[in-house]
Amino acid sequence: MTTKQPLSHLDWLEAEAIHILREVAGQCANPVLLFSGGKDSLCILRLAEKAFRPGRFPFPLMHIDTGHNYQQVIDFRDQRAAELGERLIVRSVEDSMKRGTVVLKTPDEPRNKHQSVTLLEAIEEFGFDCCIGGARRDEEKARAKERIMSFRDEFGQWDPKNQRPELWNLYNARVHKGENIRAFPISNWTEMDVWQYIEREKLELPSIYFAHQRDIVMRQGAIFPVNVPLASGELINQPKAGEEVINMQVRFRTVGDVTCTAPVISDADNVSKIVIETATTTITERGATRLDDQTSEASMEQRKKEGYF
Amino acid sequence: MTTQHNDSLLRFMTCGSVDDGKSTLIGRLLYDTKTILADTLNNIARTSQKRGMEAVDLSLLTDGLQAEREQGITIDVAYRYFSTGTRKYIIADAPGHEQYTRNMVTAASTANLAIILIDARKGVLTQTRRHSYLAHLVGIPHIVVAVNKMDLVNYDQATYEKIKADYIAFASEIGLAQARDIKFMPMSALNGDMLVDRLDNMNWYQGETLLDILEAAPAAHSDQAEAFRFPVQFVCRPHDSANPELHDFRGFMGRVESGSIAVGDAVTVLPNGYQSKVKAIQLGSEQLQSAQTEQSITLLLEDEIDTSRGDMIVKTSEAPEAVKQIEAHVCWLSETPLSPARTYIVRHTTRESKAKIGSIQYKVDVNTLEQQATADLKMNDIARVTFKLAQPLMVDSYDKNRATGAFIVIDESSNNTVGAGMIV
Repeated sequence: MTTKQPLSHLDWLEAEAIHILREVAGQCANPVLLFSGGKDSLCILRLAEKAFRPGRFPFPLMHIDTGHNYQQVIDFRDQRAAELGERLIVRSVEDSMKRGTVVLKTPDEPRNKHQSVTLLEAIEEFGFDCCIGGARRDEEKARAKERIMSFRDEFGQWDPKNQRPELWNLYNARVHKGENIRAFPISNWTEMDVWQYIEREKLELPSIYFAHQRDIVMRQGAIFPVNVPLASGELINQPKAGEEVINMQVRFRTVGDVTCTAPVISDADNVSKIVIETATTTITERGATRLDDQTSEASMEQRKKEGYF
Repeated sequence: MTTQHNDSLLRFMTCGSVDDGKSTLIGRLLYDTKTILADTLNNIARTSQKRGMEAVDLSLLTDGLQAEREQGITIDVAYRYFSTGTRKYIIADAPGHEQYTRNMVTAASTANLAIILIDARKGVLTQTRRHSYLAHLVGIPHIVVAVNKMDLVNYDQATYEKIKADYIAFASEIGLAQARDIKFMPMSALNGDMLVDRLDNMNWYQGETLLDILEAAPAAHSDQAEAFRFPVQFVCRPHDSANPELHDFRGFMGRVESGSIAVGDAVTVLPNGYQSKVKAIQLGSEQLQSAQTEQSITLLLEDEIDTSRGDMIVKTSEAPEAVKQIEAHVCWLSETPLSPARTYIVRHTTRESKAKIGSIQYKVDVNTLEQQATADLKMNDIARVTFKLAQPLMVDSYDKNRATGAFIVIDESSNNTVGAGMIV
């Protein structure tokens, strides 16, 4: 027998992710794919096509909308779901606010962490037993400890000290009613892998990932986008008194709530330039870009314990 | 760091006891391969300072959880990544604390290489024996014995040679030396000697650096020609689609767990024994002529065969046995002991079966490797156990095939994964 040619790392990561998606489909009665329109979830959509076509996806797509999203991303989300012909469910934090289940301290507070409440409400409403997400272990230290099939109790809580052991590629997604699994098919991918995969698969992305001119101010050491129009026409992130507004060429490495996601200075206007920039950057993806991760050393872990995905 | 796409991938683990420098080794490897970015380094520099340390403590990189940072210990297996010009690496970082056995078995189950750290001042210890035995049991093909903290023994060659000779003697005793490829190297993870850079302190050592060894280690599961094993994960039948061409489409989806398959090969579906031929192999919309180990594909057969998740497609010429009793080495993972009176679920590939304990022949004292009689199994116990199964499983011995020789045990009341099994 001839020597086996090992799979390239992207082929291997792709094969592993497809395997995980099919395990979810095989083991879970009512799964859902969390889809934000961001780069990680767009990779997962391509993986789902490779896993299940020519059949339909054995799960709907769902977005938990904070109401503070870039319009380009929301448009892109809707367009992509329509092209795929798959069902898209949208549940919004603003509806939870109306119900009184989310209470903001201040009106302009970042809503990322409140997504957990809306997500848990949606899980209950539809009876989902598994939520597939695009989280990666390289994003954050608490994520490095998370299982690929991560068990959540009936309150959506993650208990890092009491996780199910995960051996070989034998995943255990069994739950009792009310509990659920968060499944992370791209756990073993890094930011670089994601960009290389996007390049290889020629995936389309929302325009804010690419270099563009934007009004910013410097706030908490980060480049902070200001005067951002929402779908309602309302402008949020008004500059504070004394802040100097500069127009600068930037791009987003990560897409999230407008009020806590910062862009980076960049002239990378296509994917191959982004791959090169990712290879040479000295700042982690969440380092200067996610203001909500910086409140304490354990902020991601804390949010995950409360049901965040 | 690279921007090219054709890197291969290697999964490895590190093991060793508390304070042998495991976290420092991982930190150093990430630092020297320029994986740690400036903001992360600033963070750990701040924490080091807060804890009153003079230098930046690279081991802080690997402690991800609040409780770990508070107590300065590592609680659970974590996975870390780095990449060089030619390879992407996944490190399974298993803590060396009292929960050693289950954590180590967990990390080892996906690793193709294990770095066993030995403290140069202490030599081969009980922990070294334990880790080596477990690495052997879980079938990690490549072992690197790293004699660490050489800086604390003045980089003395005689100390290194003595430890190497001691290890070889012990490894022969447990059969590890005969079965596996073992490499030895001296290092100082703290100072960075022989990890990525050679530095000048051990010019008497002309062997490879750790990174050289990692770069050259075979990435494949096994270099033996393995039999084709394709557990069916999911059956794709898009007959409700608007496209009439798809009306008769019946695709068997899964991952090639071992071996290879080509269009035209004669196959058998187990356990029912139906025979057919491979009509097509697809990966997404791409048509393949053949597929190999670890590829996730869709198989189309020439005949319409009733097949569902949990069945296994194999080459007709190399079919495994379908058995209703298995004998295995089991590592118990749960705080709730194994009770021979209860029924468990065994998950093997994509198939599940109810299982009862036939007998527990013995458990192994992982410190002395002595076999002892026992009536139940507690967390971290390793034992030889027979199971009686409600459904037939298509198995190979773990020695021959890590994918079809492995299973997990699930407790039906909690749904927890409570045991890991390797079929004898």
